Order: sequence, then structure tokens, then C-alpha cells
Amino acid sequence: MYVVVIGGGKVGYYLAKALLEERHEVLLVERDFKRAKRIAEDFGQGVVLRGDGAETATLERAGVGRADVVCAVTGEDEDNLIVSQVAKRHFNVTRTIARINNPKNEEIFIRLGIDVTVSATQFIISLIEQEIPTTPFVNLLTLRSIGMEIVDLYMSDDCPWVGKRIGDLPLPPDTVLSLHIRDGVRTFPTNDTQLLRGDRLIGLTSLDSEAALHQMLQPV
Amino acid sequence: MKVFILGCGRMGAQLAKNLDSKGHSVTVLDTANESFARLGPRFNGRTVHGDGLETDVLEEAGVGGSDVFIACTSGDNRNLTASQYARELFGVPRVISRVSDPLRGEIYAEMGLQTISPTVLGSQLIYDTLLGRVPTVDCD
Repeated sequence: MYVVVIGGGKVGYYLAKALLEERHEVLLVERDFKRAKRIAEDFGQGVVLRGDGAETATLERAGVGRADVVCAVTGEDEDNLIVSQVAKRHFNVTRTIARINNPKNEEIFIRLGIDVTVSATQFIISLIEQEIPTTPFVNLLTLRSIGMEIVDLYMSDDCPWVGKRIGDLPLPPDTVLSLHIRDGVRTFPTNDTQLLRGDRLIGLTSLDSEAALHQMLQPV
Repeated sequence: MKVFILGCGRMGAQLAKNLDSKGHSVTVLDTANESFARLGPRFNGRTVHGDGLETDVLEEAGVGGSDVFIACTSGDNRNLTASQYARELFGVPRVISRVSDPLRGEIYAEMGLQTISPTVLGSQLIYDTLLGRVPTVDCD
């Protein structure tokens, strides 16, 4: 695969390194002379291109037109958006991945035509939420292409689901509760599984139903 | 006309003063409070301090009700991003972006954004002045 990585900071550097180790063809575009030089010393001259990735001429020189994937991973959300859009609209790159820092940009960037966004901030937030055992609703993973997400639900003291049978829950559309965890023991729940305080459920829900599901877990 | 200007640098401030003096309702947004000093004492418009790439800042500043959104910061990518927010998220009917890089400007013009390249205009003006075609430029 030919992968063009825009931005040679920490994320771009280690991304390129990992891709090279998997024997992909990689070109890293970096604006800063010193940084570009260091990357060339580590990975070889052919792997780095010194230039501004937002300049069409730079992308042209990088041969973006024949790239399988373009990953824009600079520290600035707006630069990553514009690079990805130019790669997509002007060079017809089929797959663009943009790194974002402001989690709010996730939805907006998808709307503006970016295929995949990666938000370290959002990822760390959900990791922290997972570590706090009493967070009632945690999004574990979003499967953007099919509009679904995997969620972790916790039955807090005042959760309205406590004491109910799973079969009696008024679940929103496209929602499945797949795994039930009590005192560290996992079972596959049935309609008869009765929920107790401190139980957890791992489920699948559609992005459209997320808000409704979240709302159902709130104390009334 | 209700005009929203992002960026109160020399260009944004000049434009804001100009529109304000002609009686338009002008709002200027900038990340640096001190930049509003460029607007001078006679400016009657509104100034908002904040990041134009934060959608809640744009919302609170009232981008939604504007007739025109003009992205005038010195960053091409900031301008193009904010302009798309104004158009796609806030439904502003007319959006103009300052884009220094002429090629980038062309690509976004093809996507339907109005782009202005000070690089192209400035160099053309200097060229014409050199050839004696433009005697003076009126800045007010």
C-alpha cells in the first residue's frame, strides 16, 4: 500500500515507522527543515518530503494521486481537514484519515467529506470513563461505516433498570444487549435475566438510538 | 447587511471599519482582544473574543443570523475551515474566504466557496502600478 502521511510530529513519526515495519510504501511530508532532516536520517531520504502538506504543489510532488491512503496527522485540526479535502477532491484519493484534537470536530469533519477521523482526546476520555466503574454510559467503540457503536452500561444505585427483566426493557430501535457482567462473571443475557445494582451490560446500538438509550439509564 | 468578519488583523479591521462606516451591522471575532484596537474609536460594530474554529463560539457570536461570513485571518486553512462551518453548519447564505495560496483558492472555488487571493490581487496591482496603469490606491 502507498500511504502518504502529512505531519512529522510524534504521531506521524511513529505511524510512518509502524507502516514501514509492515513493509508499506510510506512518504512523510513535514514542513519543518530540522524535523524533516531528522526523519530522513532515521528512515532514509526517500521516505520524507520537506514541504507544506496544504500546498497543492507539495501533494503533487508527493504523488498523492496514486496514494491508497492519505493520513493528515498534524497538531492542527484545520490543517488536517484542508489537506484531506484537497487530497480527496483534487487528487481523487479514495481514503483519507484526519487526526482531530477537538472531539467536537469529529462529526463535522465526517459531514465535510473526510472518511475517518481519529481523536486521541476522545479515546482518552472514554478510557478514563471506563476506569471509573460508576459511569453509567460509556461509548467503547464507534463503527462509523455502519452507524453503530459498542457501549458499556453500568447499573448505578438509582438506575431505573435495576430490578427489571431484560425482556421488559423498552429498548430503542437497533439496540442489542449482548453481554451481562456481574461480580466479574460474564454471561450471555436472556429476556429473563434480571438486573441488579452494580451489573454491567455490553451492547450494540445505532448512532441514532444512542441518545435515547443514554436517557433511559438516567434516574427518573 | 449583517456581516460577520473572522479575524481582526490589518485586513479584517480595515474591512470592518469600511463596512461599519457605510452603515452595515458588523461583528468581528478574533482570538486576541488587543487586535480590536485596530478598529479605532469610531467603530460602532460588535467585537467578540474567541476561537473561530470552535463551533459553540461561532454559535454564541451569532454567525447563524448573518447575511455574509468573511474569513479574513492570515491562515488559509483556518479561513477555509471556518467558512465551511459557516456555510454547512450555520447556513450563512454568502461566504467569502481570504486564501493566499492561489491554487488552494481555486480548488475551494470549484467546491462553491467564494475565495479572494490577496497574493494574486496584490501582485497584479503592483504590476499595473509599475506600468503606470493605476495612479493611486484609495485605502479609505
